[in-house]
Amino acid sequence: MVKWTEEERRIIRGVWEKVDIDEIGEELWARALIVYPWIDRYFGSFGDIFTTTAILKNPKLAALGKVVLSALDTAVKNMDNVKAMYAPLSRQHYEKIKVDPDNFRLLAECITITIACKLRAELNPQVQATWQKFLSAVVEAMNSQYK
Amino acid sequence: MTMSLSAKDKATVKAFWAKISSSGEAIGADALSRMLVVYPQTKTYFSHWKDMSPGSAPVKKHGATVMGGVAEAVAKIDDLTAGLLSLSELHAFTLRVDPANFKILSHNILVVLAIMFPTDFTPEVHVAMDKFLAAVARALSEKYR
Repeated sequence: MVKWTEEERRIIRGVWEKVDIDEIGEELWARALIVYPWIDRYFGSFGDIFTTTAILKNPKLAALGKVVLSALDTAVKNMDNVKAMYAPLSRQHYEKIKVDPDNFRLLAECITITIACKLRAELNPQVQATWQKFLSAVVEAMNSQYK
Repeated sequence: MTMSLSAKDKATVKAFWAKISSSGEAIGADALSRMLVVYPQTKTYFSHWKDMSPGSAPVKKHGATVMGGVAEAVAKIDDLTAGLLSLSELHAFTLRVDPANFKILSHNILVVLAIMFPTDFTPEVHVAMDKFLAAVARALSEKYR
């Protein structure tokens, strides 16, 4: 189980309260699909995601962004229990959606960069390190049922 | 993942670089500072520095050196392997930096670009820069084995 100091909890909540789930949710998958286009293999039912223009205004991607960030919200509120909370999600991604777990790491990188655009200098090295620790715990939890 | 740079990628990188190059030293210093804090295993290469803390003199100086290399890479973007030959030999035989670390530093450069240039660092610029830095890393790894 991941151990969190009071300072780390404060930092993670501090970052998270600046994240507007609607705003960031809309941008998240657009960035991921533009930067890592091969992930479109999982988006067969999402309609047109084959040009930058289409990606940027696809409503299903925007909606999915909010779903992902809502799940991240659950992790922020249950930092001591992420692995257990995410076990069903992990199993779903493995058995039903069949996502290569390396994608969790790629999406986490996109989340950090999107947040960096928003928070700017507030995401100083120490804050980035703590946020990275949190996202790594989430990514590990998403990997946990791949067996 | 060997993905070569398209003409569009190169144009995007050059245009973005023109906007940001005057901030090169600041970008390098910040990226290196973050790398050392967020990925402490990278500190193993710098034990000869008196001070590895963010913004310290050795970090600033080295950040400038690294971004000087990136600037050179932009200028030689049409043939990175040939253009960065001596830098590759330096990294392979003298510095012997594990190539996995190129990815770590690249990530931190991208984070700094997002922070410093949030409106210019669109997803399209992001992917071009990510590909470019990966290509630079490959060129630097050429002589390793």
